Amino acid sequence: MDFSYPADVEAFRTEVQEFLTEHVTDAVLEEVDTGTVHSDDLHKAMAAKGWLSGAVPTELGGGGMSPLKMSVLIEELQLFRAPIDAMGVAIGMASIILELGNDFLKGEVVPRLLSGDALGAFGYSEPESGSDVAAAQTKAVRDGDEWVINGQKMWTTMAHVADYVILLTRTNPDVPKHKGLTFFIVPLDSPGIEIQPVWTMGYERSNATFYDEVRLDDKWRLGDVDGGWNVMKTALKFERGIAGGQFYSPPLIDATIDWATDAPAPDGGAMIDDPGLRESLVRAMIDVEVCRCFAQKTAYLADTGAPFGVEGSMTKLFASETFKKHSHWFMDAMGPDGLVKRVEGDGPHVAFVEETFRHAPVTTIYGGTSEINRNMVAEAHLGLPRARR
Amino acid sequence: MRLEMTDDEIAVQEVFAGFFADQCPPDAVREAADLGHSPDLWKRLAEMGAPGMAVAVEHGGGGATLSDLAVVAAEAGRRLAPVPLIEHAVAVRGLIATDPGHDAVADLVAGDRIATLALRAAIEGEARLVPGGAVADVVLGLADGALVVGGDAAPGAAQANTGDLALANRTLGDGQTLAAAGETEWRRMVSEWQALTAVGLTGLAQEALSLGTTYAMEREQFGVPVGSFQAVQHGFANVATSLEGAVFLAHKAVWALDSGNADADRLAAMAFLFAGETAQACAAASLQYHGGYGYAEEYDIQLYYRQAKARTLVLGPPSAEYRRLADVVLAPDSTEGAAA
Repeated sequence: MDFSYPADVEAFRTEVQEFLTEHVTDAVLEEVDTGTVHSDDLHKAMAAKGWLSGAVPTELGGGGMSPLKMSVLIEELQLFRAPIDAMGVAIGMASIILELGNDFLKGEVVPRLLSGDALGAFGYSEPESGSDVAAAQTKAVRDGDEWVINGQKMWTTMAHVADYVILLTRTNPDVPKHKGLTFFIVPLDSPGIEIQPVWTMGYERSNATFYDEVRLDDKWRLGDVDGGWNVMKTALKFERGIAGGQFYSPPLIDATIDWATDAPAPDGGAMIDDPGLRESLVRAMIDVEVCRCFAQKTAYLADTGAPFGVEGSMTKLFASETFKKHSHWFMDAMGPDGLVKRVEGDGPHVAFVEETFRHAPVTTIYGGTSEINRNMVAEAHLGLPRARR
Repeated sequence: MRLEMTDDEIAVQEVFAGFFADQCPPDAVREAADLGHSPDLWKRLAEMGAPGMAVAVEHGGGGATLSDLAVVAAEAGRRLAPVPLIEHAVAVRGLIATDPGHDAVADLVAGDRIATLALRAAIEGEARLVPGGAVADVVLGLADGALVVGGDAAPGAAQANTGDLALANRTLGDGQTLAAAGETEWRRMVSEWQALTAVGLTGLAQEALSLGTTYAMEREQFGVPVGSFQAVQHGFANVATSLEGAVFLAHKAVWALDSGNADADRLAAMAFLFAGETAQACAAASLQYHGGYGYAEEYDIQLYYRQAKARTLVLGPPSAEYRRLADVVLAPDSTEGAAA
C-alpha cells in the first residue's frame, strides 16, 4: 500500500491551511460560541474560494473537487475548530437538487446556496421519529397546483438563520411508510412557519420548526410524489460523501496538553509529567491516527468510485465513540479544574475541555446514531442477518 | 496513494494463505505447544524462501519489501503459526545492516539457522523471555547500550507460557558487539518487529472474529442463531470496526518503514499497541459469544484468546510502551502534536 497523498492534494492542503490561518480568527470562534455554529464571513469566504461549488460533482455542474481533496478540506477545518455545518448542508442540498430537482429549483436555489448567499437546513427528524426517519408524520396535501403542509420538525439546526429547509413529508398515509414520503424545498420565510430554539447542554442552538397551513407551489417539490425514499437515499449518499467528523479529538488533545503544561501536579511538578495522563494522551493520539486512516480510506474508495458506505459507518462510529471517551478522560485528568466553565470575556480558548465534554454526546447521536451504525457494520460488513431486537 | 494490495501482493497472499491453511491447521498449533515451535513448519517455510524474503538480493535474500513480508505475517498470524518468522526476519536484516560479513548470514538467510531479537534490553547480560529464544541459534539484543549478537546455544526448551510461544532466557553478556552504541540499530529492528507484528495480530484477529461470527450463525438458542441477536451483533460490530482501523494503521506503519517516512517509529509503536488491544478484544468477544464452548480446550477460539495476549505482552507491559511513546510524541521540542 502507499499512504502518500498526490502532490496536488498536498498543495491543496497547504492552501487550505493558509486560508484557515487567515480566516478562522478568534472572532470567528467567538461567533460560534453564541451557539449558532456558523460564521457567515467564513462561509462566504469559502464560497468565494470555490470550495462549495467545487464539491458538487462535475456531472451536476459543479467543480468536481475530488473526494480526497474534500476529505483534506474537512480535516483541516476540524483541526482549526472551524464550523462546518453550513458547508455540509449547502453542498448536500445543492447536490440533491442538481441530481433530482426540477429546473426551477436548480436555477433558483442552487446558485444561492453555492455562493453562500443563502443557507439551508435539514428537516428530516420529528419529535416522534429520529433514526426511524421514514416514520415522518408531517403532512403535505395537494390542493390544485399547491401543497398544504402541516406538522413539526425537530433538530432543524440553522433554521433560524437559514433560507431554505429540505423537508421530508408524508403525502400518503395509506401505504407502507417508505412509500408515502415526498420531499420539498421550503423557503423559511413562508407564512405559517414558526421557529423555536432548542438549546443543547453544549449551548448549541438547534430548533423545532412548526408548519401550520404552509402553502407551497408544486415547483418547490423535490423528486416524485411519494418518491421521497429515493430522494432520502440520494441525500444519505451525498451526506456520506461529504461526511466530516473524523477529527473531533485533536483540538481536545491540544487543549489538554496546554492545560497540563502549566497545571501543578499534586505531588510537585506539572501535570504534563503525570504518567497516567501521558498514557491517556498517547492512547487518544493513537485513536486519532486510526481516524486518519479511516478518513483516508473512505476518501480513497470514493475517489476510485468504489462503495464506501461501510467505511463511512465505521468512521463515524469509531471517531465519535472515541471522542466521547476522550472527553471523559481529559475532564477526569483535570479534576475540579475541568468543571470550570468559560464565562464572558474569557475568549474561545479557555475551558475548551469543559465545552467539549458537553458537546461530545451530540456526536454519537446526530447524523446516524452509533446503534444504527453498528447495525450497518453487523449486516453489511460481517454479513449477519437483520437483527432480532 | 494506493490503499489496496498490488497484484503481486495478492498473489503472495494466496500462496501463503493456502500454505498455512494446509501446513498449520489448529492440530499443528496444539502439537507445537510445548516448544512453541514447529521445526517441520519452519523447514517448509524455508523451502518457500520466507525466512530471507525481505533480505536484499546481494545478501542472498529475496529482495522483498517489508510490505511483502507483512502479507506473509498476516497469514502466519491468521493460523497462529508456531514459528519465529517476524523475529527472524528483522534480526537477520539488523545483522546484515551492522555486520554484513557475519559468518551466520548465509545460513540465516536460507533459514538453515534461526535468528531472533531480544525485544527488551538485557539486564546483567541476560535477556529474559525472548520470543523465539527457545530455538534461535542467533540472538540479537541490546546489552549496556551495545547491540550484541549472543553466543550461547539455543536451550531447545521453552518456558511454559500462556501463549505457547517459544520463550526462553538467553545470555547476551558474552556476545559479540555489533555496535558499541547500538540503540538506534536496535530500535529500528524493534520498530520493524512492531509493524510486522501489528499486521500479524490483525491476521490473528480476523480469524478470531471469523470463528466467532461463524459459530454465532450456527449455534441456536431460543430457536434462532445467537448471531441474530442485536446485543451479540453490536458486540461484534464494535470490535470489527476497531479491527478495520487496526489493519489500516498496521499497513501504514509498514509503508512508513519501507518508504523511510520520518514518522515510521512512532507509527510502528502506535500500530502495535492498537493491534494488540484490538486482537485481544476480537478474541474476547468471539470467545464470549461461543458461550461455554469458548473456554473448552477442544475449541480453537481459546487458542486465539491466549495468543493475542501473549504476542502483545512479549514486548513488555503495554503501559510502559505507551509511556515510552509519550516521551517521543510529547517531548517539548516535538512537532508531532495531535494536529500535526
